[in-house]
This record gives sequence, C-alpha cells and structure tokens, in this order.
Amino acid sequence: MQVEKERGFTDMAGSNGYTITKKESLANSIYLMDVKAPRVSKNCYPGQFVIVKMDEKGERIPLTICDYDREAETVTIVFQAIGTSTQMMAQYEVGEEFRDFTGPLGHRSELIDMNREELSDLKILFVAGGVGAAPVYPQVKWMKENGYEVDVIIGARNKELIILEDRMKEYAKNCYIATDDGSYGFHGNVNDCIKDLVNNQAKHYDLVVAIGPMIMMKFVSILTKELGIKTIVSMNPVMVDGTGMCGACRLTIGDQVKFACVDGPEFDGHLVNFDEAMKRVQMYKTEEGKKVLREKEDTEHHPNCGCH
Amino acid sequence: MEDRDRMDILKKVPVSEQDPKVRATNFEEVCYGYNIDEAKEEASRCIQCKNPKCVGGCPVSIDIPGFIQEVVNNDIEEAFKVISKYSSLPAVCGRVCPQESQCEERCIRGIKGDPVSIGKLERYVADWAREHNITPDKPEKLNGTKVAVIGAGPAGLTCAGDLAKMGYDVTIFEALHEPGGVLVYGIPEFRLPKDTVVKTEIDNVKSLGVKIETNVVIGKSMTIDELMDEEGFEAVFIGSGAGLPKFMGIPGENANGVFSANEYLTRNNLMKAFDNNHDTPIIAGKKVAVVGGGNVAMDAARTALRLGAEVYIVYRRGEEELPARVEEVHHAKEEGIIFKLLTNPKEILVNDNGWVCGMRCIEMELGEPDASGRRSPIEKKDSEFVLELDTVIMSLGTSPNPLISSTTKGLDVNRYKCIIADEETGITSREGVFAGGDAVTGAATVILAMGAGKAAAIGIDNYLKTK
Repeated sequence: MQVEKERGFTDMAGSNGYTITKKESLANSIYLMDVKAPRVSKNCYPGQFVIVKMDEKGERIPLTICDYDREAETVTIVFQAIGTSTQMMAQYEVGEEFRDFTGPLGHRSELIDMNREELSDLKILFVAGGVGAAPVYPQVKWMKENGYEVDVIIGARNKELIILEDRMKEYAKNCYIATDDGSYGFHGNVNDCIKDLVNNQAKHYDLVVAIGPMIMMKFVSILTKELGIKTIVSMNPVMVDGTGMCGACRLTIGDQVKFACVDGPEFDGHLVNFDEAMKRVQMYKTEEGKKVLREKEDTEHHPNCGCH
Repeated sequence: MEDRDRMDILKKVPVSEQDPKVRATNFEEVCYGYNIDEAKEEASRCIQCKNPKCVGGCPVSIDIPGFIQEVVNNDIEEAFKVISKYSSLPAVCGRVCPQESQCEERCIRGIKGDPVSIGKLERYVADWAREHNITPDKPEKLNGTKVAVIGAGPAGLTCAGDLAKMGYDVTIFEALHEPGGVLVYGIPEFRLPKDTVVKTEIDNVKSLGVKIETNVVIGKSMTIDELMDEEGFEAVFIGSGAGLPKFMGIPGENANGVFSANEYLTRNNLMKAFDNNHDTPIIAGKKVAVVGGGNVAMDAARTALRLGAEVYIVYRRGEEELPARVEEVHHAKEEGIIFKLLTNPKEILVNDNGWVCGMRCIEMELGEPDASGRRSPIEKKDSEFVLELDTVIMSLGTSPNPLISSTTKGLDVNRYKCIIADEETGITSREGVFAGGDAVTGAATVILAMGAGKAAAIGIDNYLKTK
C-alpha cells in the first residue's frame, strides 16, 4: 500500500520548517532521518521524544529520539511506515522540511541522572524489539561514552527487520541478535534469548531496559519479574499534544494513573498495566474504532465537516 | 430611533443567531453579531455616565462609554482605536467574555431594563476593523530591551502586545504548533472562528513587532535560566495556562471511549478532526455523556452534538449551580443537549473489548453550602441507575502544568501547583520573572488572563525601568 504525498508544502512560505539533512532506509519500510532542529538538539537526551507534524493538516506524531548531534544541530528519528501518516512521512526527502518538530519531551533516561558509582556497579541488559532498537541505541551509546559497558539484544521477526546492528555493536560490549524465524542470530524471541543468557550462559543482570512493541515489553516484564531483575520500559501510547494537556496517553502504573508524555515515557515495567495500555493503543485501530471512523468517512463530507 | 417608545429603550437590540436546528449540524458561528444600524441603535442606549461603572467591571478597563460614543458618531475606526488602547483581542472578548457578570452587570441601564450590550458592540467594532483591514497603531519608539513571554494564549498575547506598545523587543515562546492557546485548542469554531477572528487578532499583535516562536516547550526545549542567561531576555512573563486535565478516579475511566474534554476539544479544534481533509482522527461517539457543568463542558457537548452524537450533560449539582455562562447553557439546550442535573457518575461500564458501554450514576440532592458557597451535593439513597453510552468526556477542570515551575529554581508554587504571583504586578518569588493568567489562578476566563497579562506588562515595565 502506497500513500501519495499529495499535499505539497503550501504553508512553508515563512520557511520556519525543520529540514531533513539525511535519509536512510534501514529495512523494508523502516527509515532513519536526521532533522535540523537546533533547540531540540541542544537540550535533548536519550529516553526523550519529539513530536513531528509534517504539514498543516498532519497529525502530531510522537517519535522517540534515536540520536542527536549538538554541533550539527540535528536530531535523528527512526520510524516504520505502517500508518497513513508514517507512509507519507517516508516520502519526504533530504532538503524537504517538516512544518513542526517539538521537543525534547518527556523525561530522559533515569540512568543519566543516577549516581555514577551506583551506575558502574549495575550490570545492564538492553532489550530492543523491532523499531525499539532506535530508542535503545542512544542509551547504549551514552553508556559507552560515559564509560559503562552494557549488553544488548536486538530482536525482530526476521533478519530483514533487524536494524542499527552495526551502530549498536560499536557501543555495546556484547550485542546479541535474535530472530523469531531463526533467519539470523539466535533462533527465538527476545525472551528466549534472555533466558538463554541467564540460564545457560551464566550471565547476571541487575537491570533490564526493554523497548519495543507493547506485547514484547509485557512479556519481557513478566519474565524479568520471575528472574527478579528490575526492568525499565518505554511506553508509546496514543498522544496528541505530548505536553500533558490531553491525557490520551494515560497509563495505570501500580495503583496510579500517569501520563506517558510528562511522567514518562519510561516506567517500571513490573508496575505497568500492559493489558490496559494495549487496549488503549488500539483505540483507533480496533474494529470498533475503525467502524466509528469508517462511518465518518462513508458519508464523505458528513453534514458537519465544515469543508464545503 | 426617535420612534422607539419608552419601553423599547429598556430592551437591548436583539442579535441574530443561526437557527438552532441548522447550527446543531455545522461548525459555523452561532451568533451573527450586529449590523451597522443595530450597532448604532444599541450604542444610542448608552447614557454616557460621568462615572461609568462598566469600566470598573472590565478586567482590562476599556473606556467603554468612549468607544460606544464613537459608534454613535458613526466613526467605527476611532471606536476601534479607543478599544485598542486597552485590549489586543477585542473580537475574541466580544465573543467569549462573561459580560453579564462584568461590564454589563454594572451598567445603569440594567437597573430598569436590559444593560447595554457592550460585548456585542465591542465585537461589532472589532469585526468592522478586521473587514476594513484596520490594524492597531505601531509603537513609536523601540527601546531594544528583550522580554520573553511564555505561552501565546490570552495572557501572553496581551502582555506581549502591551509591552510591544511600550517599545520592548518581545518574543513569545509557544509549546504547540499554533499560537492562541485556549483560543485555538479549547474554544470551538462555532463560538470563536479561528481563521478569521483569532488569526487576525494574533496577526495584529505581531504587527506591533511581537515575534512568536512556536514548538518551544519552556522547561523542556529551554529553561527560564537559559532565556535570561544565554539569550539575553531581561524579564520573563509566564502565561502558560492551566493545561493538565483532571479525572474523577472512578473505575473504568481508562476504558476506550473515555476522553478528557481537553483531548476531545484539541482533536476537534486545534487538529481540526471535524474536517476530513485533516489527518487527526476523533471518535465522536453516538451516545455521549459530558461530565461537568462549566463552559468547557458546554463546548465539548455542543462539539459532540455537531459530530452527530446524542449528548448528555451529567452534573452533580442543579441548574442554578452550573458554572457555565447562562448564554452557553441556553444555546446548548436550544441545540438539543440533554441535561442530567443532580447526577453523579459512580463507575464507567466497560465491555469485553475494553470500550465504554455505559455509566452507573447516582442521583444527588443539595445540602448545606460548602466552602465554595455553593450547596454541596449529597447522594440520594438507592437512586443508582445506568446510562447507556459509548463515549464519556470528562470536563472537571484543569490545573497548571508543572513543566515550568519544576524546572525553574526559586519559583514558588502553592499546593495546587499554581505559580504564586502578585495580582497587581505579576511579580513572582524569582527576580525578573512575572506570571499571570491560569498558570497563577488555575482555570479561569480569557478576560481575567488578559487582565493579568496587562497588569504584568506594567509590572515588567516598572521593574525594567528601575533595574
């Protein structure tokens, strides 16, 4: 399915936009882009996210920061072109501009603010699932650059969907690859790989940072709870403003309601109510949600749309 | 006008509105406003008090008899200039100010009849100026001193506009992708048209020399310390509003189909979900309950109605206690919103797929007045019932966003996370930092925020002059 980027750049007259300085295809339908955004680049850290709005009519799309270059004043984003908006985003090329690029939003990784001695005592395993390798990468890089060695698992359905492997290997002490179909690296999902490392290879970890699809983070959290390893996950629920205003991203963490945008996006994986979060993230994707939207679209210009 | 009899002069000139049945299906503006003849006739009802009480009722002290006299004189441009001395957003205020409890409440005409329709006259003048491309006068002299304003809502725009008129070099930093704050994300199109009214008034503020930088979240993209130490701003005004929505804390509140009014309205107003040419989706709902009784609740209810839903307002007190403006309640009823008053939700019922399917409510009765002076609602025994619904919109008020206060050292807040600031000057606990509007008071009205922005502009000017 291809979506046409038919809208052009009519509202870019003032050229206050955010220019794409680099575009790279990481895998089938997964793209990396460097975007010039001086204010974001200056103050962002691993763990935080940005909101991209492509043009006047676009959605506000939250994307976790994959990297940043303070000198070049750029921020790196990685996205999978699966929805209408991200497919349109995939058609932007170097030199073109996004209308809006806001951030950094959310809290930075708690590792960055941790006591350095405490941090050097921790044996950390990062677990990246699919596109989740993008937000894991800057954390691994930051750890290495600050003198801490960490292990990483990159998991995906198959070899084609493994991304950022070379970059990750540059900064990780050990980088394990796991594919569900066994087409590359360890044959099995990330949980099988964690079990193998802990049970068969006598690896010991004090902390797991797991970022990927919610279903993966859920099962990693269940496993690490059994194994008694503290676990941090990065939540990616539906958002509108990303600054605490709408509450669309609310999650149940333990017995409290938290907003992923301002309280997170990283939380204790053992406290997250994943089942609720997974239902909420489907709100505009489930049959019921789609039906509502379809009904709206069916009438084409429903009597209230105000565009005629 | 001589042929109006004595009884007529006691009544205001009625304003034409879109038919309720028609407007319930569109997002066009409800109120059409006066035409020139109606405006002049209404203006002639002003008796030009020597000691005009109305001015004291206006948070920005507009010379009301002054501009009304110009309308009588048929010099609308001059009337606009009079208003512009005091307000940067007259077309907005003429539409959304609660005049009935401010200027119009104090009008002498109101003792024996209807008060002069000051709001509708203000709107007429501002709309006329827009249609005739009249813009406010530019500042004569610039002083080059840089002032930062955080938030491009009513407080920030007013403060920035007033400082620019005094000659300051003002930059507004706005977190969202459009300036306007609640004027663009909160108040719907049918009460406040965005492309015409709001955009023009923001352009007027820009024409005074104010710069607006969007997509900057102060507290995240940059701190107040950086603004002052690195970017050379000598004073900062915080007008960041009250953005955090409140929820009830009842079971089922995180089900699919439960939204904050902020989310519902932001999707519809800022992101224009009502227009299929825009990408942001909205789940409008077929049977919708809006919980709450304020102006925001009315806005959410009337938006859901226009998106095709059957809509209930669920409010725990009675009609008398509804915090919304009488005009908004009246419009909502005309359009067919069903009011379930003295009713409080206990639980949101959720189906197997995680979606709202109903709301268990209980009837209430009013007891003794509470701390707010309103009679407190008490549950009626054995009165629970279920309202079948597919969507619930929580409109229980908002509180200030702690993004700025938590990242600014030495900035004191109260226990509601509201920034503590002097009402007269906007002065906070931090030198050079001023604040006003909802960030200080918690959720209030557009005009009160404008009043605070205005006061702070004077406060900032005094501070910078004596620094």
